Amino acid sequence: MRHTLSVLVNDQPGVLTRVAGLFSRRGFNIDSLTVGPAEEQGLSRMTITMLGDEATLEQVMKQLHKLIDVIKVQDITNEPMVERELLLIKIAANPTVRAEVTGIVEPFRASVVDVGRNSMIIQATGNREKNDALIELLRPYGIKEIARTGTTALVRSQLAKIKV
Amino acid sequence: MTPQAATTAPEQQTVPIQMTGAQMVVECLKRLGVHTIFGYPGGAILPIYDALYESGIDHVLVRHEQAAIHGAEGFARATGKVGVVMATSGPGATNLVTGITDAYMDSTPVVIITGQVPSYMIGRDAFQEADVFGITMPITKHNYQVRDAADLPRILAEAFHIAGTGRPGPVLVDIPKDVSNQVAPFVFPEKISIRGYNPSTEPSPLQIERVCAAIAKAKRPLLYIGGGIISADASEQIRAFARQTGIPVVSTLMGLGAFPPSDPLFVGMLGMHGTYAANMAVYHCDLLIACGVRFDDRVTGKLERFSPHSQKVHIDIDPAEIGKNVKIDYPIVADVKKALDALLAKAPHANCDEWVYDVQVWCREYPLSYENSSKELKPQYVIDLLDRMTNSEAIVTTEVGQHQMWAAHFYRAKEPRTFITSGGLGTMGYGFPAAIGAQLAKPDATVVCVAGDASLQMNIQEFQTIAERHIPVKVFVINNGFLGMVRQWQEMFHGNRLSESKISAPDFKRVAEAFNVKGLRAETPEEAEKAIAEALAYPGPVVVDFLVEETEKVFPMVPPGKGNDEMIVKGWEK
Repeated sequence: MRHTLSVLVNDQPGVLTRVAGLFSRRGFNIDSLTVGPAEEQGLSRMTITMLGDEATLEQVMKQLHKLIDVIKVQDITNEPMVERELLLIKIAANPTVRAEVTGIVEPFRASVVDVGRNSMIIQATGNREKNDALIELLRPYGIKEIARTGTTALVRSQLAKIKV
Repeated sequence: MTPQAATTAPEQQTVPIQMTGAQMVVECLKRLGVHTIFGYPGGAILPIYDALYESGIDHVLVRHEQAAIHGAEGFARATGKVGVVMATSGPGATNLVTGITDAYMDSTPVVIITGQVPSYMIGRDAFQEADVFGITMPITKHNYQVRDAADLPRILAEAFHIAGTGRPGPVLVDIPKDVSNQVAPFVFPEKISIRGYNPSTEPSPLQIERVCAAIAKAKRPLLYIGGGIISADASEQIRAFARQTGIPVVSTLMGLGAFPPSDPLFVGMLGMHGTYAANMAVYHCDLLIACGVRFDDRVTGKLERFSPHSQKVHIDIDPAEIGKNVKIDYPIVADVKKALDALLAKAPHANCDEWVYDVQVWCREYPLSYENSSKELKPQYVIDLLDRMTNSEAIVTTEVGQHQMWAAHFYRAKEPRTFITSGGLGTMGYGFPAAIGAQLAKPDATVVCVAGDASLQMNIQEFQTIAERHIPVKVFVINNGFLGMVRQWQEMFHGNRLSESKISAPDFKRVAEAFNVKGLRAETPEEAEKAIAEALAYPGPVVVDFLVEETEKVFPMVPPGKGNDEMIVKGWEK
């Protein structure tokens, strides 16, 4: 099963190595890992997606928490959350198919960000499944390169329940 | 102003004193109460050694950095204080790696200070450069690389705090040479607060209640104690708890000394070379109360057969240990001393007289034993003699192998911090330098290193350290001319094909004498008794070479991959 962890860490040299090293050393499976500055200066937020059963998840969370530079570990898999990934895909496209590709891209709310003589780059954001679907639709044109960021996520705001 | 002046009147400071990074290191060590350091100088750490000169801190110059860290571990294990090691960059630091791992595995509090090439050279493959920060990340509780001398006091104070609190462990501070030379204001932190580090030490009252209820219901409860009892100084509590509840006690290798072996409730060591009674008790118990242990594979054997009929209580300060290897029914994340105090306050009592009787029958019927001989010298007999002739009141350190297990079986340590051995990593070369550390920590104690002939050769150069400083450790070499434990496995599990397990050794008596250390040799039981008496009476360092029966094996033994109930007790034939 795929789990999504949100991990708040000190923005210190070596923290990414500590976290990634913990996974590899203990044989845990990282699916994707994104990191960037968090809301507070000096802190970064990592979004880690991983594969494993409940026992593995528990062990991962406890081991992560043991790292001195880790401030908070949250399993947000079952929380209402916003989950996004950035996809850049370069496909083979001569002038005759450009309009067709634009047509495919549109319903995905993706955009064409570069056009060359024989290729185009398309940018998409969304959850992983949406981006997977777009890639499959574009595959017949010939994929030249793909770059994906991996998932980054935040728990949604808790809306106050109003009694009528 | 000198660092010494800063010690005398810190409160009158208005403007912080300026110091070099190196002076700050020494000043911090003094303020943190460090009197003894183990180390070896070199280029990148020279400024710190310069600051150490005439500082009044005792520096033990070893002959190999590995011995420095084992020395610091021995010091820490004998006292409970944080051991301190210093080494230079590159090879100096990498020579510490084995010892750092050893300290990590056995939760020994050690602070390691390494020199590093100057900041502007880092990453350029400079002379004696190694990425020690990266190398030691997975084998330390935490590590630092200092970028600015002004951070040094905070970092060192944090390092000692992290090493010595919660689940203890090694913390490394890597200091580039230019940071050691950099002048900055010295501000020692009054209080340490680390946002990501708050070990929970207080037990949950609800969990304590539940455990008490489980004890009241249990018919066959058992206490399983380990090194955590010793780290937490909870030996008194565990003794009181066992006596109050009447629950029998099994101990891990790391827990030996925490519970007196003469107590009728003591069942012995459990695990691969545990006693028959201990392993049977673990197998048949219905409530296993694990205190300060980590369910190591050498303890559990095959997991599916480990204590299959019991509910399990696990008290540990490290939440990650709970449920790591074995499913736990009653977790208590707390300092084991506080948890036992809380349990004692509830005055639980177990109704298990019948069970205790059964366990005691196992103890009586299958005691640890060996066949003595009047002609040949048996290794177990040597340990037995050591035990009797010191009245179990020495501090014993061991190397790793058969002799380690015989020491665990026949040296009946009765107080915590008197049996010091490499449990988790199983480091050959550990025992002798650890004995040096223990002896410096406890100058009045009789410190004996029980060594194997092969293990001793791994740090034999330290004979010079004990000779130079006249450190009165006694090294007892259980010399069987083999890597004894390797040979035992080869005999039992590899068709007796003794691939590279026969190992030659120098004449230890003459080697000792070449280092100006007293050397003795014993080949018969009478000679052994005489040699031990002479060694114990001698006020300086002694090496005794005991030429023992070479084919002797360690029993009981749980074969690898088997359950603890499938142990081989004795009489195993080829």
